[in-house]
Amino acid sequence: MAVGMLAARRGAAWWAGLRPRTRRGLAAWGFALPFLIVFAAFLGGPVLAALGMSFTDLRSTDLRDPLGVNIIGFDNYLRLFGDEVFGQALVNTGVFVLGSVPLTVVSALAVALALNRGVTRLRTFFRVGYYLPVVTSIVAVAVVWRFLLEPDTGLVNSVLRSVGIEGPHWLDDPAFAMPSIIVMTAWRGMGFMMVVFLAGLQAIPRTVYEAAEVDGAGRWQRFRHITLPLLRPTMLFAVVVTTIGQVQFVEEPFVMTRGGPLNQTLSVSMDVYNQFGFGNYGYASAMSYALFVVIVALTVVWFRLLRSAR
Amino acid sequence: MTPIVGAVTGSPSSRRPFRGARGWLYAVLSLGLVGFAGPFVWMVASAFKPETELRRVPPTWLPDSVTLDNFRAIFVDLDFPTYFTNSVIVAAGVTLGNLALCSMLGYALAKIDFPGRRLLFALVVGTLMVPSMVTFVPQFVLVSQFGLVNTYPGLVLPLLALAGPLGVFLMRQYMSELPDELIDAARIDGAGEIRIFLRIVLPLSRPALATLTIVTFLGTWNNFLIPLVMAQTEDKYTMPVALALYSVGQNSTQFGLLMAGAVVVVVPVLVLFVALQRYFVQGIAMTGIK
Repeated sequence: MAVGMLAARRGAAWWAGLRPRTRRGLAAWGFALPFLIVFAAFLGGPVLAALGMSFTDLRSTDLRDPLGVNIIGFDNYLRLFGDEVFGQALVNTGVFVLGSVPLTVVSALAVALALNRGVTRLRTFFRVGYYLPVVTSIVAVAVVWRFLLEPDTGLVNSVLRSVGIEGPHWLDDPAFAMPSIIVMTAWRGMGFMMVVFLAGLQAIPRTVYEAAEVDGAGRWQRFRHITLPLLRPTMLFAVVVTTIGQVQFVEEPFVMTRGGPLNQTLSVSMDVYNQFGFGNYGYASAMSYALFVVIVALTVVWFRLLRSAR
Repeated sequence: MTPIVGAVTGSPSSRRPFRGARGWLYAVLSLGLVGFAGPFVWMVASAFKPETELRRVPPTWLPDSVTLDNFRAIFVDLDFPTYFTNSVIVAAGVTLGNLALCSMLGYALAKIDFPGRRLLFALVVGTLMVPSMVTFVPQFVLVSQFGLVNTYPGLVLPLLALAGPLGVFLMRQYMSELPDELIDAARIDGAGEIRIFLRIVLPLSRPALATLTIVTFLGTWNNFLIPLVMAQTEDKYTMPVALALYSVGQNSTQFGLLMAGAVVVVVPVLVLFVALQRYFVQGIAMTGIK
């Protein structure tokens, strides 16, 4: 007891004797330390470790015997080029993102414009309603949509049948499986973009529109030459965030199609997960880094397309 | 603007706002809303229908005979109480951890001038967009090296790390707006950094903490990949994992049961969201999107 108190008093004296700047710096790193430990071990470390692992032949069986791991250079990456399933997954992921992101943007922009200009009553009500899918579990939503898209008893085909159309077997038909998943994803992502767009639209000063109106600009001209350019930074942000989220889609094929039919809906992420399941950790890491490259490339494309003109 | 002007002048148009173009807008938006909220209504209605009614063609809108069989099946015959408990434990653990770690680092980054501050912030922001697809394999290797596979810490730690960067960003942005004078005054009065953090900064950051709580809890509650990888036996499954595995397993066509499962995953979240929706909007505004 007495020794402890003595030590504490000595510590306090040491602390008080430090220069204020030093004391403040130590306090700051003290505040940072708990986060940094978790961060270094479970996020920063793994980002680097995945890169390292992608150059090895690490398999699940090596976890018990780390000496069995060999460095194999770029072999995993070279193997990706010959991997037909991965190629298919890459194409699918590209089709998916290039379908779902623009669809999300267009629908979110339409709803945001409607809510911003025309609708004053019930605005919160609509905003909450359209946002509902965003906060819900993708797994649950995918299960519900699979039920909606059931060929015989599903709601969608029942409604179509009532107007005399025989709907396809949505998720079992190679031509309709991916479009179905794209529409569902846009449905789920629309609310987030809508809220971001609404915030962006409200930041555009009303006087700009009034000036344009005085100059005789019509509704379309105002949209084309004021709204769109001024919304670009907002759009860039929303599109980049949405792309990063959607490009990793895995729940949708996992629950709705298991990647089928004929691997038509197999995503890169699901392929990574499958390779992980087979125990091919090194190869799975190489795949995930290939996906990382795709994400960076898409982000660059969006920046090129959407950065403020000049 | 228009309704207020209308109300003041008492023009007839204010009493009939659903006319003409504006009426169309409301009609289209309402129709869209049916598309957005409809699947959830259908999910709830179907969860209360017996399996035979679900196979009926054409389907019934509302349940002909309301039954609780589906819920009985998932709560009594299947182990949904365990999955639910696991989801709550994991989400609560990640949320509490995230609140503590992110508010501490957020305070240091926002209000203490120290060497390495900018670098630290850049490092955290730089990992804001790292896909969990890239990190989950090494995370699994690490968790298994610690012997934590199929344990709660093994589920919580990777999710905590993934949730961290956004949390730090949010707390730092909010705390930067707090007046420096307040903190400097406390420092001159001899208050230590810990006391300033606990007594002044944390109480003032309540709105940000509320937003961070909701965002983290929901993100964790809905997360699929990490629990799928880290939980190996049924007694550690979270609800999305259990629901996904049932929906592709032997129960894949028992939609009454699956809808009841989806209701249990989704409805608590929807209630939380509708009750606290202003914090969600705040969250988006707070992360710096203007």
